[in-house]
Amino acid sequence: MKRGVKQILLGGAASCLLLASSLHSVQAGTIKVGAIFAVTGPASFLGGPEARSAEMVVEKINKAGGINGNTLELIIKDSAGSSEKAVSFAKQLIEEDKVVAIIGPSTSGESMAVKKIAEEGKTLLISCAAAEVIVDPVASYVFKTPQKDSFAAQKIFEAMQRLKINTIAIAAGNDGFGKAGKDQLEKMAPSFGIKVVAAETYDSKATDLSALVAKLKADAAIQAVINWSVVPAQAIIAKNMRQAGWQVPLFQSHGFGNIKYAEAAGAAAEGIIFPCGRLLVVDSLAAANPQKALLIQYKTEYEAKYHEDASAFGGYGYDAINIVAAAIKLAGNDRGKVRDAVEGLTKFPGVGGIFSFTPQDHNGLDIDSFAMLTVKDGKFIPYQGQ
Amino acid sequence: MSLDLFFQYLFAGITYGAIYAVVAIGFNIIYNATGIINFAQGEFVMLGGMISISLLPFMPMPLAIAAAVAITMAIGALIEILFIRWLESPSVLRMVIITIGISILLRESALHVWGESIRSLPYFYGNEITTFSLGSVHLSPQVLWVIAACSVMVGGLNLFFKSTPIGREMRACAANRTAAILCGINTRNMVTLSFMLSAGIGALAGCVMSPITYTQYDSGTSLAIKGFTVAILGGLGNSMAAVAAGILLGILEAFSVSVVPLAFQDAISITILLIILFVRPHGLFGSSEAARLKDF
Amino acid sequence: MKKRNTLALAALCLLVVCIHLVTIMTGSQFYLTQLTMAAYYGLVIIGLGTLMGYAGQISLGHAGFFAIGGYLSASLTTRNLASLQGTWPVRGLESLHMLKIAQDLSGEQLITVAPWAACCCAVAAAALIALVIGIPVLKLKGHYLAMATLGFGTIIYRILLASPYFGEADGISEVPGFTLLPAMGTFNPIMVSGAANLRVANYYLAWGVLILGMGLLLNLIGSRVGRALRSLHSSEEAAEAAGIDTSRFKLHVFVLSAVYAAIAGVLLTHFNGGIGPSEASVMKSVRYVALVAVGGMTNLWGTLIMGVGLTFLSLRGVFGTFDDAVFGMILIFVMLFAPDGILSLRLQQLRKAIFSGGRP
Repeated sequence: MKRGVKQILLGGAASCLLLASSLHSVQAGTIKVGAIFAVTGPASFLGGPEARSAEMVVEKINKAGGINGNTLELIIKDSAGSSEKAVSFAKQLIEEDKVVAIIGPSTSGESMAVKKIAEEGKTLLISCAAAEVIVDPVASYVFKTPQKDSFAAQKIFEAMQRLKINTIAIAAGNDGFGKAGKDQLEKMAPSFGIKVVAAETYDSKATDLSALVAKLKADAAIQAVINWSVVPAQAIIAKNMRQAGWQVPLFQSHGFGNIKYAEAAGAAAEGIIFPCGRLLVVDSLAAANPQKALLIQYKTEYEAKYHEDASAFGGYGYDAINIVAAAIKLAGNDRGKVRDAVEGLTKFPGVGGIFSFTPQDHNGLDIDSFAMLTVKDGKFIPYQGQ
Repeated sequence: MSLDLFFQYLFAGITYGAIYAVVAIGFNIIYNATGIINFAQGEFVMLGGMISISLLPFMPMPLAIAAAVAITMAIGALIEILFIRWLESPSVLRMVIITIGISILLRESALHVWGESIRSLPYFYGNEITTFSLGSVHLSPQVLWVIAACSVMVGGLNLFFKSTPIGREMRACAANRTAAILCGINTRNMVTLSFMLSAGIGALAGCVMSPITYTQYDSGTSLAIKGFTVAILGGLGNSMAAVAAGILLGILEAFSVSVVPLAFQDAISITILLIILFVRPHGLFGSSEAARLKDF
Repeated sequence: MKKRNTLALAALCLLVVCIHLVTIMTGSQFYLTQLTMAAYYGLVIIGLGTLMGYAGQISLGHAGFFAIGGYLSASLTTRNLASLQGTWPVRGLESLHMLKIAQDLSGEQLITVAPWAACCCAVAAAALIALVIGIPVLKLKGHYLAMATLGFGTIIYRILLASPYFGEADGISEVPGFTLLPAMGTFNPIMVSGAANLRVANYYLAWGVLILGMGLLLNLIGSRVGRALRSLHSSEEAAEAAGIDTSRFKLHVFVLSAVYAAIAGVLLTHFNGGIGPSEASVMKSVRYVALVAVGGMTNLWGTLIMGVGLTFLSLRGVFGTFDDAVFGMILIFVMLFAPDGILSLRLQQLRKAIFSGGRP
């Protein structure tokens, strides 16, 4: 037979086999939840801990007998941070796997790409990405767990006002995390009377930022620097600043919230001020604090299972799966009812804060979800604002 | 621009440049012996850093670094034997694709072995904030270590290629393979040796720069691109030129911060690469005849 | 066109319809979405395959052309031109009926470029850039050519990542559907969009475009131009000696492959409703090269099948967290054992290659 035709027929047979084999039967008593995380790729600092936290929760739930007797099945898809894969997986999870809810994606770009798909597919989506536009304008099926960047910015600016700082520079990484933070900082600074004289974006994989530090330091008017990025850049800029002998206060984002990152910056981390969820200073919380028990549980379980420090990022995934599980417990295996259950959750303790959702607020956290922390002697302590 | 700022930019540029130069030297070794551009060179740098950090809890740092270099050299040899030896007069296209594949494989293996977190070796001297001050210009001692390592590598390689028998054999292979075979030189082993040497140099570079730049499973990729920009800028195959080109590129990048938004900094080095390729592909210090003679 | 190719194309059409029928019978129509996406990527891959296989030019930056098409179309159809209303470009576009005027959520006037016009702009821009870049780049050989195309792809990626106009790291979302045929009578408009009720129409549209593209390329290869290209691939000096203007042919194929990639970019962006910077990354370009290599560089059918097949599997997440590693392995494996593509592999050759240790 002609070569082309033979190949087509081979291809056709293969595809039919593929289609047929992928149709598997659903086990009785299983509730499926989908997850789209950037486990590999440039956003793996988000997706890796999120996926691990979610798996940990599902395993624990199933060991305890599942939800109302049903096994919870978590289907994790690795989007590697690319929005076209997120779109493909979202459609697959909704139509083919018929999941009752999706947690993730990890980045804002991906979340915006699947927002419409979740809304049209009438499937609950609890995003683990930070951008405000994910829940504003509100889409009835789309929620998010990370705290608002605007609250973080607010807390930083309030601290600055107390320190009588009014001229600052902003440096941010060129990834989605940095962009979201920078946008919020620039937007909110004027209302606190703070002037931003320099706002630079650098490559989040930069190996050295001495040139940027030199440029900023040359402007004597700058009284403080806010850096919005993740490792390694946040440690590199701290080192470069102190190496250059520039001792102005350095504020970081909640991306700094992992003791390993403070260790990475070593002596340069002293005195860095940043807003963060209470996970890192759990020991200093009052016993009556509604988050305390959950934070201790998350920290000890995560560290025992994965031998690495728990971080706020993993907490986004932890909160998302817990919210979904709680909703399923209330409403069963029905997409619409689960969505309603989530919207009705109030005073739900999570790693990021205490969630209270309303039809207008699909993030559910307020400014109290952030505490200000600082580094002293290589450890995180609450910032007293002196 | 004040004199202070000028010197700060200059030293920042030298920091970048030294890092790029040590990576470029590795490219040149393999290119000289085989005519292959090894896209996986960045991964050797990453592996050196990662392995030494993993060994650090078990032995003092100099030993950990030496062990990491040795292990990476073994990995380099293994790669050559498993993947490159098979090929009989492969086209350039095939070589490029294979080395890209190897780079991806090494990177993904590193991800699954070490995870996505960042690590670093401790500073060789002092800590994260110690600096030497020259006037109001501050330089971290680690940068001096990188520059020192760079100089030792270039000097050592020059000596190796000019004075030792093995070095001369490798140069013979690079100049004319058939003639080298006729002289009784085992060209297959020379290729393996060049991979080992290049891997070792990359690993050493990775260890020395780790305190400054941190090491992560994907730090190899961006380093590789900068590394071969610098190698081409200086003229493929010429290590001294690579150092000069590296410093030049580093300084250009550092000073560009004062005129161009920082977000476009990486685009600058790529633009320079493209301009060089279009206008003078044999590099600033290379000669076009020598460039044409290279084949595998 | 050769009879053999016509038969093969017809067989492909038949297969496409058959797969649709199978999905209807098994109630698994959701597969069509990923098949549609895979078809668009297939368009990029066969264009690249012609460039690499028949013109012998490696391109490690082809994702850049895809991104140029997709991003320009996305940004023109979503960015509001209201602030530039009085200026001459906007008035010119308006007089050519290329603008779409609507109201956005806050009631403000939203002026965007109509999708048809945006598509033409995007593809024209990609072709122009390919022409301008192609002239110096194609003069290079071997490693230098690889590096230059890699550099080009990386610059596009960096520009997209650094520009607020292109959405920086978040990319562009909320891209509207692309109406190809307006509503006529009781028929729905035929739109390139991800809406569920248009799924079947989009499936046939994507595969129709792919089959058309394939047909054009096969025609090109079988013609006098194609013979010139093949001679180029085997030996450029011989081709020059035979009087073929190699640089012109190489440039034409380069621009053609860029246009294919840009068209795929535009259509896929409207189908997905958005695009992100990952579409321009080096890994994407490497992936396209890997798929061309697996299919066999001078075997366009092999490239098509392998390209669409493996992309489909990747989009379904079959490779899990090893997605990139799989493509790396494919690159190595194919280059070592099957440089003419997987489908040309005969079992004896494979056995010989493994056990003789690569020596002749």
